Amino acid sequence: MTIQFNDETFRDDYSFHNSAWAIKRFPFPFHEDSYMYSVNMEQHRGGPAGSIYEKRFDVDEHYLSEMRDRAMVLADDPLRCQSLPHMTLAGWDLLELIMVSKSEDYPELFELHRDGNTWRWVNKPMGIDDTFTFLDEATLPYGPLEYITRQAQGDWCVLDQRDDNLWMDAGMVTTQADWSLDFDIGMNFFEWHAPVPLAHEKGIFVRALKFLLNIQQGSPARRLNWTMTVTPLLDTSPENYHKWGIQKTTLTPENIGQKQHLRVELQTFFRLPRSNALVFPIRAYLCSFQDLMTMPKWGRRLHRVIRDLPEELATYKGFIANRPMMLDYLSKFDDGLPTSDGIWPEFESEPPLKPSADS
Amino acid sequence: MSKFEFPPSIKSRPIYGTLEPRKGPAHLLIADAVGAEAIIEVATPEMMRTAHIIYIPKGTEFSEKLRALNPAQYYEGASYAASVSRIHKVLGDAKMGLQVYLAGTEGMMGQAQLEATNAGIPHSAIQLEHRGSVARRMQCVHCKGITEDVEVDPFVCSHCGLNLFVRDHYSRRIAAYQGVCIDAEDLGNVPPSKGIYE
Ligand code: HEM
Repeated sequence: MTIQFNDETFRDDYSFHNSAWAIKRFPFPFHEDSYMYSVNMEQHRGGPAGSIYEKRFDVDEHYLSEMRDRAMVLADDPLRCQSLPHMTLAGWDLLELIMVSKSEDYPELFELHRDGNTWRWVNKPMGIDDTFTFLDEATLPYGPLEYITRQAQGDWCVLDQRDDNLWMDAGMVTTQADWSLDFDIGMNFFEWHAPVPLAHEKGIFVRALKFLLNIQQGSPARRLNWTMTVTPLLDTSPENYHKWGIQKTTLTPENIGQKQHLRVELQTFFRLPRSNALVFPIRAYLCSFQDLMTMPKWGRRLHRVIRDLPEELATYKGFIANRPMMLDYLSKFDDGLPTSDGIWPEFESEPPLKPSADS
Repeated sequence: MSKFEFPPSIKSRPIYGTLEPRKGPAHLLIADAVGAEAIIEVATPEMMRTAHIIYIPKGTEFSEKLRALNPAQYYEGASYAASVSRIHKVLGDAKMGLQVYLAGTEGMMGQAQLEATNAGIPHSAIQLEHRGSVARRMQCVHCKGITEDVEVDPFVCSHCGLNLFVRDHYSRRIAAYQGVCIDAEDLGNVPPSKGIYE
């Protein structure tokens, strides 16, 4: 299908919205009625047509607006994109991976013409048509990592692999769930995950790292992660927390359906060919509670997950104070009927919500 | 002087040991304040023949005892900032096998360790022993300014003036812990400060 790009904002008047198409393909992250951290990784080998898993790097209706938001974040704070000196080659690897994938997966939107090291890149939605010399930084307006990730949705961490560990040595991070690239750059896998509760004790990071170190070129992997955001703000950075933190206190029983968003990250893992670095795209999808509730299965399940989530996780994810109000809202969409396994909405087979006695 | 036992913490937080004499062609020993005591304990006459001691007294009186160790080179700096160009030079000139001993406050050790690793000194050749003040070197995640020697939590950022709480998350590249606004969700509601480990 051809994508109709939304003209919307992720700040100020928050005109962000999801079309019916975007709601239907939203990556609801709970495959059962409860949630706990696990080593939830699988191969990233496509998925159902139209789903967010189908392409290597999903492009959706929010593309242009997200890229506009990224440019604004970078203008305010250039430290959101950094690359340690030894990571330039990995930046070129990433530029190649994204250009090749996007031009093959979305030929009507992107073109890549290669003649030796002379490359022409055409990004039709963004109106870009650039010719440059591959591996020659002087021929691009930014470094290769920054150039290409100003044109690709989601955050990007580029990990150097050495000493049986991964090192966060480069990245483009403007839509993060409250962590700082500027602070974490140069850390290893265990250090940047240090603030996460419970998962270290469960041995999750030791097993996850082992898996990641063995990812081969051409065999990417993926997992989902999620958190909560009041208002569809993409830049939930610690840098700006003193500005956006207050928004958490603006929820009311009247506006929660429209204001409270579930924020899901599709995280993928690709090995890069020349540098042997690993790239970790973190693609965030936002969906308001009221849009989620249009799928009966999601309504029932979200209530149960949020209700039973361990306190440590609700605190870490930053919504412990708002959990009671969320549950008041969500409980109206849970009539106690069983839900089917898996994350897909199944709006055809799942029974509609049974109206409760008092409504 | 007894050593402070840091409580168990998260994985980015540094841990410190006890200095031990090691074999090597040259030895660089850097201490601040009562960190001098750890140097006095680890020093051997053999080590001192090729040792360079850099000492930042911060009002303590260990100069004479350190000089009496008879190191090949001895330097006293008025502050870490005043000493850092010398430390940088010594590390840059270092030959293979240099042994580095750091003793004193976390802020000094973190910064000197960073100088050493940037100069290519392997981690295995750097030892750290905490002595004295448990104050932290803090980076404000909002304005990026560093506040040295923070003893209480919360504290006021010396650059932007926000009220920050003291996290255990630590960056070796910045040689600092992270400070985050404590009253972002309830402006002006700042609990009274207390000692970081109280
Ligand atoms: C190499 C790729 C990865 C990178 C760059 C990465 C990065 C991060 C970062 C920066 C955080 C935020 C930590 C903070 O609070 O400061 C985080 C959280 C987390 N990561 Fe990873 N991660 C990676 C892979 C994984 C994998 C493979 C797992 C598998 C289990 C995992 C599990 C988690 C969990 C459970 C959290 C807490 C998330 C939450 O509750 O919202 N990570 N990760």
